[in-house]
Amino acid sequence: MTIASLRTQLLAGETNPAALLDRLAGEIATRDAKTGAYLSFDLEAAHAEAAAADLSLPLGGVPIALKDNINVLGQPCTCGSKFLAENYTSPYDATVVKKLRAAGAIPFGRMNQDEFAMGSSTENSALQTTRNPHDPERIPGGSSGGSAAAVADLTAIAALGSDTGGSIRQPASHCGVVGLKPSYGRVSRYGLVAFASSLDQIGPLTRSVEDAALILQAIAGFDPLDSTSLDVPVPDYLSGIHDGVQGLKLGVPKEYFGDGIDPGVRKNVEAAIQKLAAQGAEIVEISLPNTGHAVATYYVIAPAEASSNLSRFDGIRYGHRTPAPADILDLYKKSRDEGFGPEVKRRIILGTYVLSSGYYDAYYGRAQKVRTLIRHDFETAFSRVDAIVSPVAPTPARRIGAFANDPLHEYLSDIFTLSANLAGIPGISVPCGTTDFDGGKNLPVGLQILGPHLGEAKLLRIAKAAESL
Amino acid sequence: MSHSHIDVRYVANLARLELTDEEVAVFQPQLEAILGHVDALTAIDVTGIEPTAHPAPVFGRLRADVPHQSLEPRAVLQNAPDQAQGQIRVPKVVTDA
Repeated sequence: MTIASLRTQLLAGETNPAALLDRLAGEIATRDAKTGAYLSFDLEAAHAEAAAADLSLPLGGVPIALKDNINVLGQPCTCGSKFLAENYTSPYDATVVKKLRAAGAIPFGRMNQDEFAMGSSTENSALQTTRNPHDPERIPGGSSGGSAAAVADLTAIAALGSDTGGSIRQPASHCGVVGLKPSYGRVSRYGLVAFASSLDQIGPLTRSVEDAALILQAIAGFDPLDSTSLDVPVPDYLSGIHDGVQGLKLGVPKEYFGDGIDPGVRKNVEAAIQKLAAQGAEIVEISLPNTGHAVATYYVIAPAEASSNLSRFDGIRYGHRTPAPADILDLYKKSRDEGFGPEVKRRIILGTYVLSSGYYDAYYGRAQKVRTLIRHDFETAFSRVDAIVSPVAPTPARRIGAFANDPLHEYLSDIFTLSANLAGIPGISVPCGTTDFDGGKNLPVGLQILGPHLGEAKLLRIAKAAESL
Repeated sequence: MSHSHIDVRYVANLARLELTDEEVAVFQPQLEAILGHVDALTAIDVTGIEPTAHPAPVFGRLRADVPHQSLEPRAVLQNAPDQAQGQIRVPKVVTDA
C-alpha cells in the first residue's frame, strides 16, 4: 500500500484515518514483535489527530512514522540512547512535523535507530534490536533502520529518517524500499537532534518514488529556525516525475565499481543501468578521483561536529543524571559515561582528539580542505552528466553481530553514500533487485542516484524510471 | 608523519567522559586503527585549497529581530532531572573560599 493508493481509498470513502491507524496498530502487534522497528507509538494521540484530519490535503489522513531523533510535542525522543530514554518528553514540534501536519499527515510511531544516528546497522541502539524483514538474522541497515524496516514490513505506510553519511539510503537499500536524502539546506533540521550539523538532512523512506516525492513536497522549504535552510523556491516534484530518462546523461564513476563490491550487488546495479540505457539514457564513464579519501575525511569531520553537538548532554537540563555525584565535574563525567553507548563514546573521543590543540590543523583543517576536493569532483562530474548512478552499499545486509569489535571495517562500508553528505548533494536509493549473499537468500539491492545540489526533481524522475524497470 | 598515537583516557577527560579500564582497553586499539586510516589524509596535497566548513552558500544569517514566544518555563523544566523553585538544581559549582 503506497501513500498514493491509500489516498485514493481515503478519498473514495473505502477507508478512513481511524480505521487505518487501528489496522497499523494490529499489524505492529502481530509482526513488529519480531522486527523490532518501533520503539513506541501513541495510538490515542494519533486518533485525536485522525478525527480532525482534512482529507483534501496532499497527505490528508496518512500516518507517517518518525525516526526517534525528530521531536514531536508530548512524545518521547530517545535517539536510541539510554541518555534520553529517561527524563525526556519533547517540549516542541520539529519543523518537519509541523509541515507534515500542515499537509494533513498524522505523525505516528517512533522508530528505532543507531544511538544518536551513529552507525550503519541499528545495532548501536541502546534500546532494542531491529531485524531485517527479509531475513531476521540480518541487520536492517542504519542508522534509520527502524524507519526502513517498518516500511518494508508493512507496519508503516512511510517514514522520515535522517541521513548524515548514508543513514536513509543504506537502510532503504538493505530493506528494499525507497530512501531519499535531500540537498543540504532543502529541509529544515529544526527539531532534529543534531549529530553532524554540516552533514545532517531529514528525508523520506517510502514504498514508491512517487511517495518520496509527495513527502519531500510537504517537508521542503525555507525555515527561519534553521540557519542553514535555503530561502529558494520549492519546485513541483510530481509534475515531471513520469518524463523518463530519454536524452539524459548518467555518469558511472569507475571508482564506485572496484574490487570491494559483492558480485550480486554489481550484477543488479549494472543490469539496472543497462535498462536505463535501453530507455534512452546515455551512459558515460566518469571519475570521482578523491573517492578513496572520503571515508577518512568523513570520519574526521562527522565525529568533530558530533563531539561538539553532544556536549549538550551533560546531565543538567534533560536526560540522564548520575544518582549521587560528588561534585559538578563528577556529575558531567558519570552522567555521560552511564548514558552513552560505546559507539557514541568512540566518536566523541575521536572528535575531541581531532579538534584538540596541536592536532586541529593536521586533522580537522586538512579534512575540510579534502572535503573541497571531493565537492569539486562532483561539480566537475555534473558539468558533464545529469546524474550519477552507483551501488548504495558494497554488500547486501550482513548478519547481526558480524562487525561487533571492528568499527573501522564498518566505517569503510559507508564509502558510496557519505560523499553526497560531504558535497551537500541529494541522493536516492531505489530497489533494483535481489541477490543471495553469505548464506542469505533474495536480499534486496539498491541503486543509488546522485544529482547536483537542489536537483531533486530530476533525481526523482530518474528514480521513477529505474523503479519501473 | 604519523599522528595515530592517542591517549584515550586523557582525551576522554577533555570530553567529560569517565571511562572504565575495560572501556579504555577496548577503545585504545580501535581508535588507533581508525586514526591509522585517517592518517592517509596527510599525504594529499592541499596547497591553496580553501576549506569547506559547510556545503551550501549560506553564511552567518541572523533571524529578524522581532519578539516571539519562547518555550514556557514549565515546558523547559519538565525534563530537568532535578528542580526546585522553578529552577534546575545542580551540585554546588563554586567551592567555598
